[in-house]
Amino acid sequence: MASARLYERAQFRISGDRCLLAEYGSGISVEINDKVRRMTASIQRQRLPGIEGVVPSYTTLSVLYDPVTLDFSTLTGWLWELESGLDQTDLPEPRVVEIPVCYGGDFGPDIDFVATHNRLRVPEVIEFHSGATYHIYAVGFAPGFCYLGGLDSRVHTPRLPTPRTQVPAGSVGIAEAQTGVYPQPSPGGWRLIGRTPLRLFDPERPEPVLYQAGDKIRFRPISMDEFEDLSTREDV
Amino acid sequence: MEAIRIHAPGPYTTVQDLGRRHYFHLGVPVSGSLDDYAHRVANWLVGNPGQCAVLELSVAGGRMEMLCPADIAVTGAMMNPRLNGIPIPTWSSIRVKAGDMLELGMAENGCRAYLAITGGIDVPEIMGSRSTFVGSRLGGVQGRPLTTGDVLLRGDAPQLGRTRRLAWRPIYPDETTLRVVPGPHDAFFRERLGILFESDFTVSANSNRMGYRLEGPELLRDPDAPQSILSVPVTPGNIQVPADGRPIILLREQTVGGYTIVATVISPDLFRIAQAKPGDSIRFRRVELEEAHRIARDWARFLRDVEEDLARSPAGSAEGD
Repeated sequence: MASARLYERAQFRISGDRCLLAEYGSGISVEINDKVRRMTASIQRQRLPGIEGVVPSYTTLSVLYDPVTLDFSTLTGWLWELESGLDQTDLPEPRVVEIPVCYGGDFGPDIDFVATHNRLRVPEVIEFHSGATYHIYAVGFAPGFCYLGGLDSRVHTPRLPTPRTQVPAGSVGIAEAQTGVYPQPSPGGWRLIGRTPLRLFDPERPEPVLYQAGDKIRFRPISMDEFEDLSTREDV
Repeated sequence: MEAIRIHAPGPYTTVQDLGRRHYFHLGVPVSGSLDDYAHRVANWLVGNPGQCAVLELSVAGGRMEMLCPADIAVTGAMMNPRLNGIPIPTWSSIRVKAGDMLELGMAENGCRAYLAITGGIDVPEIMGSRSTFVGSRLGGVQGRPLTTGDVLLRGDAPQLGRTRRLAWRPIYPDETTLRVVPGPHDAFFRERLGILFESDFTVSANSNRMGYRLEGPELLRDPDAPQSILSVPVTPGNIQVPADGRPIILLREQTVGGYTIVATVISPDLFRIAQAKPGDSIRFRRVELEEAHRIARDWARFLRDVEEDLARSPAGSAEGD
């Protein structure tokens, strides 16, 4: 993937009549993502009438608005103004969250493809994937699904051309330069390389998701025995 | 109070309100009724605010017993509802009492029907909403479709002073045209964008609340377009196109996606998708943002008029109750 570039000013893309995407850069970088998160915090604080929601991702912020009360040029003008006045808004200190993963076998049906595509052996795929500390760029796609950056370029692999209609809960996947975990069964186009026994999303927990955008993640390889042991403990 | 006992649930019936709006940043999608027009009208017909929880019945309706006095209304797809064996009108309030049996059959026009009741369906709010998100087992009745034996409560609210009936009801055709605004990634489809507006697409059987997969001509990206995009937040109506060129219209149960989005269905047309069934034909018509906003403002005004008319009206037709 080409190197990341922070834009001078947001570029806007139209996503239907009620949603605007504001793009602050291209490529995966903590600097771009920090700006996205600062804009998110700033928009939420301002509470402009007509704004119904703000969702951050890697480089892009989605703004949900009511077109009856807010028109496009007012909204974009206001977002540019907010951007130019953006001070170094405080963002919380990141936590490092460790996620145990059993790689390969039935849990990683695509790990052989990832290896072959990158001319590696499977143990090297595991070593490169679990060796990094990942920045959480966004939580989305499904409750608790974390989008991570910092994936070793030696294991970048394209998505499936046709997404699977069902991916098992806890699956760890790769898509191009992105990696992440599916907390629950869902459709998905990522290449699956392993699985975690942790319950990443629990609506009854005071903190429903174990992490948020801006925290860090490390993957710890575990055996099948440890997977089963941890699974049992999660169900209790 | 206890209001409805399910005797036969139908193939896929869930409790839905107008959705869960404050947790997108945790990946929790909006959910809520797919046909938000039929949902709102059903509520207004029984004197509820538009956002109360209702039952969304997909494909067919099943059988349920009323457990207390109430007003109900059935809107959306035509499922030939009968109360104690006698056909009842849709898009109209109906007075029920304990022991009355409501039966709904297969959808003949459209595919999703909506049942509202006085006070709204009363299930616990999870993350601020009563909507069911089956994908994460959230909300509604234990996060799942209804099953035989389920008992539903309703909110405490007064019954109507007189019948309410909607004079104008939508017909759900087998061929639907959806108005779309190009983007956000229309720039990657300069060569083939025209195909989107010139072709007939067919709703595939692989279609559900998450999205409608379409069969038809392949929508391939420009050869010089990037292989893939970084995941971006998505919104209901986004038409995603994976590398295989087969479009998917996203509905209300996704938050972020990584496939390019060629165009987006305008929000007033989303309810039409909810009533399309596998085998139905879909065409897309291009509108620019300014026109889409005009349509949205007109639609909001229309909804307000409908709500006010129903609140004011005596029985809307000369036919007897």
